[in-house]
Amino acid sequence: MDSLIDVMPLYLEGFGLTILLLVVSGLGAFILGVIIAAMRISPLPSLRVFAVVYTEALRNVPLLLVLFFCAFVLPILGVSVGPDPKVGYLLLAILGLTLYTSPFVAEAVRSGINGVPIGQAEAARSIGMGFGATLTLVILPQAGRMVVPPLINVFIALTKNTSVAGIFFVNELFSGVQRATRDHGDKVLLMLLFAAALYLLITIPLGQIAGYIEKKVRVLR
Amino acid sequence: MGLNRGIAAAALAAVGLLGLSACAGGATEPAEPVAEAPEFEAGSTMAALAEAGTITIGTKFDQPLFGLQGLDGEPVGFDVEIGKIIASELGIAADNIEWVETVSANREPFIENGTVDIVIATYTINDTRKEVISFAGPYYLAGQDILVLEGNPEGITGPEDVAGKNVCSVAGSTSEQNIAEYGPNLITTDTYSNCLEPLRNGAVVAVTTDNVILAGLADQNPGEFEVVNNAFTSEPYGIGLTRDDDVFRSWINDVLEEAYADGRWADAWTSTAGVVLDLPEPPAVDRY
Repeated sequence: MDSLIDVMPLYLEGFGLTILLLVVSGLGAFILGVIIAAMRISPLPSLRVFAVVYTEALRNVPLLLVLFFCAFVLPILGVSVGPDPKVGYLLLAILGLTLYTSPFVAEAVRSGINGVPIGQAEAARSIGMGFGATLTLVILPQAGRMVVPPLINVFIALTKNTSVAGIFFVNELFSGVQRATRDHGDKVLLMLLFAAALYLLITIPLGQIAGYIEKKVRVLR
Repeated sequence: MGLNRGIAAAALAAVGLLGLSACAGGATEPAEPVAEAPEFEAGSTMAALAEAGTITIGTKFDQPLFGLQGLDGEPVGFDVEIGKIIASELGIAADNIEWVETVSANREPFIENGTVDIVIATYTINDTRKEVISFAGPYYLAGQDILVLEGNPEGITGPEDVAGKNVCSVAGSTSEQNIAEYGPNLITTDTYSNCLEPLRNGAVVAVTTDNVILAGLADQNPGEFEVVNNAFTSEPYGIGLTRDDDVFRSWINDVLEEAYADGRWADAWTSTAGVVLDLPEPPAVDRY
């Protein structure tokens, strides 16, 4: 028990950074993902092609490589890490997690859009609505209700993916385990279980929220 | 710019490789003069090894400058040269040494179960290990040091100079703990080689861990980095052997002292780790 109290500050710092990574890159990925999904169904072929290439390229590459690119290759290409590398690498990690997660958001949103009966879009067009209005006023509000469970899955995966950022100079929760085991090498199992409990503290409420929202916005067919 | 740098790095690497192979050649050509039919006390480990005409030595195969196995399968480095000195005193030529890879985790077991006769593998002497094996030496005092860009643009001479500056190390390492006391702005990763890119692009001004690891990193990236050469902790490297084989242990200590005195130890250093690190004073052996 003493050892848990001992590593508490370390774990709390990591916990905070993990939540920060989750919230900021989750938000970024959501916005980017919705845009990509809209491009995927847009009437302009060039936008559709871009969306397909973007989605397939990013979701089929391991996260480790995406983060490696952000942390090691971007600085070579001239992206400055800034005077404080802790902040610089945190921003690069957020960028990597956002880029990596956005195609999964886009695909979840697209599956929701595909679930909206085609007649809805045809009806909207028949009363003179353009692509933008059809999408934002008719399709997305209905699709949104259906994508809550898959989107929450994406964010739960993102929570766990933040642990990779530790390799790239971000002291998130999992990198706290490495430090904790230096001083408590005899209690590695306890240190891992403690970290796991803190991850559950994020992911289980996410699942609960999903269930609640789902019930609230359910479309009865 | 990036491409030019890549070409320059590749060219530097090629030049360094030529230099390295030249050094390695220099180290092996004047073979240790092998003792002719040395006399040993009957029943001693030395007598048994001299009789067999071969010795099995455990070393690291992945520690540049100390024990590194090349593509030809022969390990090279300072630890390897020390092994050759000991073997030559037993009347065993370098060709008759059998090298076995020992990683940090299997060194004590390999000595205890007789897989190897001795271990020379950047092996720090400490009390926990002394409970299961014995140590001759130390033959070198390693220590935590600092790696900076070639030319040392920040003028860092020791850990005091990194206070408030950006430094890279490995999360959970003793090195991280040691340097933290000097108040740097630490960023951490999982391997020391990951720290090189932030050092190159200026995100950090220094990388810190044991000087032997830093020397290896500097040696693999010729012309890019240099070791400050001012170790601020002490890790005595010893030669591991079977516990309580006091005769063998004190004989190895004698050999080390002879090698200190007649310059063989210094030669072994100069031709290997000396490429990057200064020639240290030989440490006094610890006849406990």
